[in-house]
Amino acid sequence: MTDLPTTTDRKLGLVIDLDTCVGCHACVVSCKGWNTENYGAPLSDQDPYGADPTGTFLNRVHSYEIQPETGPAQLVHFPKSCLHCEDAPCVTVCPTGASYKRVEDGIVLVNESDCIGCGLCAWACPYGAREMDAAEGVMKKCTLCVDRIYNENLPQEDRVPACVRTCPAGARHFGDLGDPDSDVSRLVAERGGMDLMPEQGTKPVNQYLPPRPRDALEPAGDVDVLAPYLEPVASEARGFIGWLDRALDRLPGGRDGEGP
Amino acid sequence: MTRYQPRLDTSPPVSDEVRQTTCYMCACRCGIDVHIKDGRVAYIEGNRDHPVNRGVLCAKGSAGIMQHNSPARLRAPLKRVGPRGSGEFEKITWDEALEIATGWLKPLRETDPAKLAFFTGRDQSQSFTGYWAQQFGTPNYAAHGGFCSVNMAAAGIYTMGGSFWEFGQPDWDLTKLFLIFGVAEDHDSNPIKMGIGKLKERGARVIGVNPVRSGYNAVADDWIGITPGTDGLFILSLVHELLRAGRIDLDYLARYTNAPILVNRDSKSPDYGLFLRDDDGKPLVIDRATGALAPFDRPGVQPDLAASHRQGDITHKPVMHLIASRYLQRRYSPEAVAGTCGIAPDKIRRLAAEIARTAFDEEIVLEREWTDFRGERHEVMRGRPVSFHAMRGISAHSNGFQTARALHLLQILLGSVEVPGGFRFKPPYPKPVQAHPTPHCKVTPERPLDGPHLGFPRGPEDLALDEAGNPARIDKAFSWENPLSAHGLMHMVISNAHAGEPYRIDTLFLYMANMAWNSSMNTGGVMEMLTDTDENGDYVIPRIIYSDAYSSEMVAYADLVLPDTTYLERHDCISLLDRPISEADAAADAIRWPVVAADRDVRGFQSVLCDLGARLGLPGFVTADGSAAYADYADYITNHERKPGIGPLAGWRMGKNGLTHGRGAPNPAQLNSYIANGGYFVKPIPPEAAYMKPWNTAYQDWAVKLGLFDAPQPYVFELYSEPLRRFQRAAEGHGARQPPDHLRGQIRAAFDPLPDWYRPLEEAQTDAAAYPLHALTQRPMAMYHSWGSQNAWLRQIHGHNPLYLPTKVWQAHGFAEGDWARVTSPHGEITVPVAHMAALNENTVWTWNAIGKRKGAWALSTEAPEATKGFLLNHLIHELLPERGDGLRWSNSDPVTGQAAWFDLKVAIEKAAPPAESRPGFGAIASPVGRGPAELTWKVGE
Repeated sequence: MTDLPTTTDRKLGLVIDLDTCVGCHACVVSCKGWNTENYGAPLSDQDPYGADPTGTFLNRVHSYEIQPETGPAQLVHFPKSCLHCEDAPCVTVCPTGASYKRVEDGIVLVNESDCIGCGLCAWACPYGAREMDAAEGVMKKCTLCVDRIYNENLPQEDRVPACVRTCPAGARHFGDLGDPDSDVSRLVAERGGMDLMPEQGTKPVNQYLPPRPRDALEPAGDVDVLAPYLEPVASEARGFIGWLDRALDRLPGGRDGEGP
Repeated sequence: MTRYQPRLDTSPPVSDEVRQTTCYMCACRCGIDVHIKDGRVAYIEGNRDHPVNRGVLCAKGSAGIMQHNSPARLRAPLKRVGPRGSGEFEKITWDEALEIATGWLKPLRETDPAKLAFFTGRDQSQSFTGYWAQQFGTPNYAAHGGFCSVNMAAAGIYTMGGSFWEFGQPDWDLTKLFLIFGVAEDHDSNPIKMGIGKLKERGARVIGVNPVRSGYNAVADDWIGITPGTDGLFILSLVHELLRAGRIDLDYLARYTNAPILVNRDSKSPDYGLFLRDDDGKPLVIDRATGALAPFDRPGVQPDLAASHRQGDITHKPVMHLIASRYLQRRYSPEAVAGTCGIAPDKIRRLAAEIARTAFDEEIVLEREWTDFRGERHEVMRGRPVSFHAMRGISAHSNGFQTARALHLLQILLGSVEVPGGFRFKPPYPKPVQAHPTPHCKVTPERPLDGPHLGFPRGPEDLALDEAGNPARIDKAFSWENPLSAHGLMHMVISNAHAGEPYRIDTLFLYMANMAWNSSMNTGGVMEMLTDTDENGDYVIPRIIYSDAYSSEMVAYADLVLPDTTYLERHDCISLLDRPISEADAAADAIRWPVVAADRDVRGFQSVLCDLGARLGLPGFVTADGSAAYADYADYITNHERKPGIGPLAGWRMGKNGLTHGRGAPNPAQLNSYIANGGYFVKPIPPEAAYMKPWNTAYQDWAVKLGLFDAPQPYVFELYSEPLRRFQRAAEGHGARQPPDHLRGQIRAAFDPLPDWYRPLEEAQTDAAAYPLHALTQRPMAMYHSWGSQNAWLRQIHGHNPLYLPTKVWQAHGFAEGDWARVTSPHGEITVPVAHMAALNENTVWTWNAIGKRKGAWALSTEAPEATKGFLLNHLIHELLPERGDGLRWSNSDPVTGQAAWFDLKVAIEKAAPPAESRPGFGAIASPVGRGPAELTWKVGE
């Protein structure tokens, strides 16, 4: 068993906007690229050109269909990686202390040199966010790009996780969710950000912004607020030309209009 | 127990060096930072300063490292030793390969250059490859646009001097309502995602019109799950509603479009349907200030949209009258179109109302003074913040040209093109038809062609016909079958060459075009055509040369393979002469350069063409003494001048007083300047020139100064298209050049000078009861054409492509997870895995395109799911329409542009016992590159 810190100085994490995520997998692959080349063992791929290619990914995008009570079905893209929980069961279950939560920023990491590859942490994580690397035999997980966010070899603006830097739609945000005045905390407040599976009691740091309501053009009720915008001026061509003539007179420069 | 927190180095070195070049994982051409460690590629991310992607990068771009290191890379030139299609080759040297190619091509140039058909696929160097083909002298050259998006491009250029995607973009910063029509997941990539992100951030609305609710349509606030092929009718219904309500921009229409221009309305007149012109040929309007006739562009004229004019016995009416008479008809009312389009009348009306409200009640006014082409000074720039984007769902139908025209009509009636908040052009666009070349096809042995191959015909006199009136080109582009085929018809080349119609060719020379697989309709048939022999046992298509970087399906069908480099090993220019990377606020071009050296015996294809051009003695590729004019493509990029002062790259040219941009002499250090600047060049447009570009004197002068064109060329948008009317007039029996009788009806109908809708051609002659479902394909965002499956990372995301079925079909046939179905069309049959999708038009099925792979290709295992369960819909689509019993071959294309109509497909479906593998199956081809490794633990640095 491994202890969690009683508190952390900051709560660094991600805010993921499900209204905006187009499901393009850009975050998935930039994560794969950065973390293959950087922190710890490379993210390996087995049978990469064969019948059943499987590899280690620290971030994956799932897509779900939702059928509302009325209106057409919807498709929601759902990126998922480690949520850096405050009460992270993957840490407390670790028999060697390899899994730990950092005091200064709350990032949950695996110290690969102490990891025995027992897989208990992956079993304990309710989100399925940890993946065992088949080549190295150690547990891999999102590091929140701990080797980017403080990296003095990178320009200041690049000191964000690779997935956030690359997201083309701007659906991923990084910051301190422990600071109520941070941009990410404000975004969560404005948009009704949510915990994933709060009933698990893990107190995830990462937050999800729900999709905005969809399909406002679907018929609903008798009052059509848009109707005045289509009030007819004519129903056939002859009437239209008459309207046109009058309307042209009212334009600037027309007979009834203003100068020149 | 305990807590142990190890000390971490949070500032590890990232790389030895960052080299900035241009991505080639799709057609967006984003800027990338390639991190190099120990001389090898370690990591790829977006370039923050780049005008296209501003630092972001899609999944494909980030996976470029796997493409660059793909086991499917070709390693040396290959000469076929087995039968065509077997994949059996021997490695040869470059000298031998180039001698073979020269030996084949030189006699053709000396006798009949048309015997060479040179077609390039997703070529990003068309101004160069086209120039090479022109110097060779063959009329048979084009790239893959005829398969992809020519309907969009041609409709845009004929209507408003530019089109969606590469030629323009929504005003992402100001638009308030954004509608996307038929936008698949793959076009375009980062720019549209960034744009939608901006809109979402400020709460602007996005509306998706698409039978499939995935990707961008999934995040759209509203989804209109339209019936495929009916977008044109739906759009004209919106036009009907807006006209009825008078919610159109009359000031804009009068000033900047041909809505006030007078049209001859006397059906007995020889000029029926053509514009009334003055002695100088200028179209005429009634000047509202004087009530008299005036040239449309005369300073001070106020064109009248309403007044008719009688001259002699002939009545002339302004285009606006014709528009009102046409679209106010009841057949365009929401009630009339609802059934065909599959959209409730109320929903159409609400959308029209929302468009009207946003355009006119949320008008944008920018305090920027500008002067129009009539010399009138304007205090402000006025904008209608409704913008549109469209792609293949409109383009790939046989009514796509007119549908795209209908969409442009809607945009222009709203006054939302080239205004703040609307749709904006990207330099070198706007560029009207009259500023483009016409097609050229005059062949003279040992001489260049008489001009550029591709262009925009103004009338029948510009068609590419021989003296007998037969098609001059092997693909029959610019013939009466598809007169405005501005991108050629790549999908007809092999079929026509095999049929010997209009003539036989000797050598088929292809670049980056997977014609033996996903880039052909009727894939199985095409494989047979490529291997078919005549009575002497010789191949019907005698010789095939192919250049590709990877072991694609097409490689197996080549006699000679010229291996290309990966995109990180090559020079390229993304040129203002071609398809540049400009943004609405700036002209921009870019380069690729070898950020790493090739480790195989491969050469950039364009460098090979320079060499081959010199060996063939092509003008422009040899110097006066007969030696090679260019050492390689980099030398060409730097030193070639298309006309004095204008070269492939606009940045850092040599002026009289040092470095300059735009016009200038070649600069030997130009590529170094590009590299130092991150691989691109940007020239911002001054704010007073940034909108209203076709009419804005400041923009016109700026464009001339930069060298985009030689003199100001203001023009008005062509709601009524006179070039279309000229073809229609010919079909009515007027004029010297006459269409064959069997095409008169088709031309009369399809060349309507006002946008209209007709049922897609194959659908119109197919039994709807026998084939009740529409079948579509799209590429996923994380893949580009056939390239993605060789990529170890991307194929883990998209390795399977079930056929997605809507709930109604799923339930009616009692399908369950894991089931398979037999899918039939008038042309063929496939048996494939199926899956359920609810967010789908109820009469539409679809799948991911080009996930399915031929066994043995791309260095994949023959057991790869792409080869065992993957499939192509292409087997169900023919390049010809079903026979009509008239003995004629009717192309399955848009009759205006020749765009391949692969979205017209109708199918029937039934449950099938699961076969061992998807059908049809084809035998494995031998892999000239072996197979990929069993495991990857990729790490360059330690």
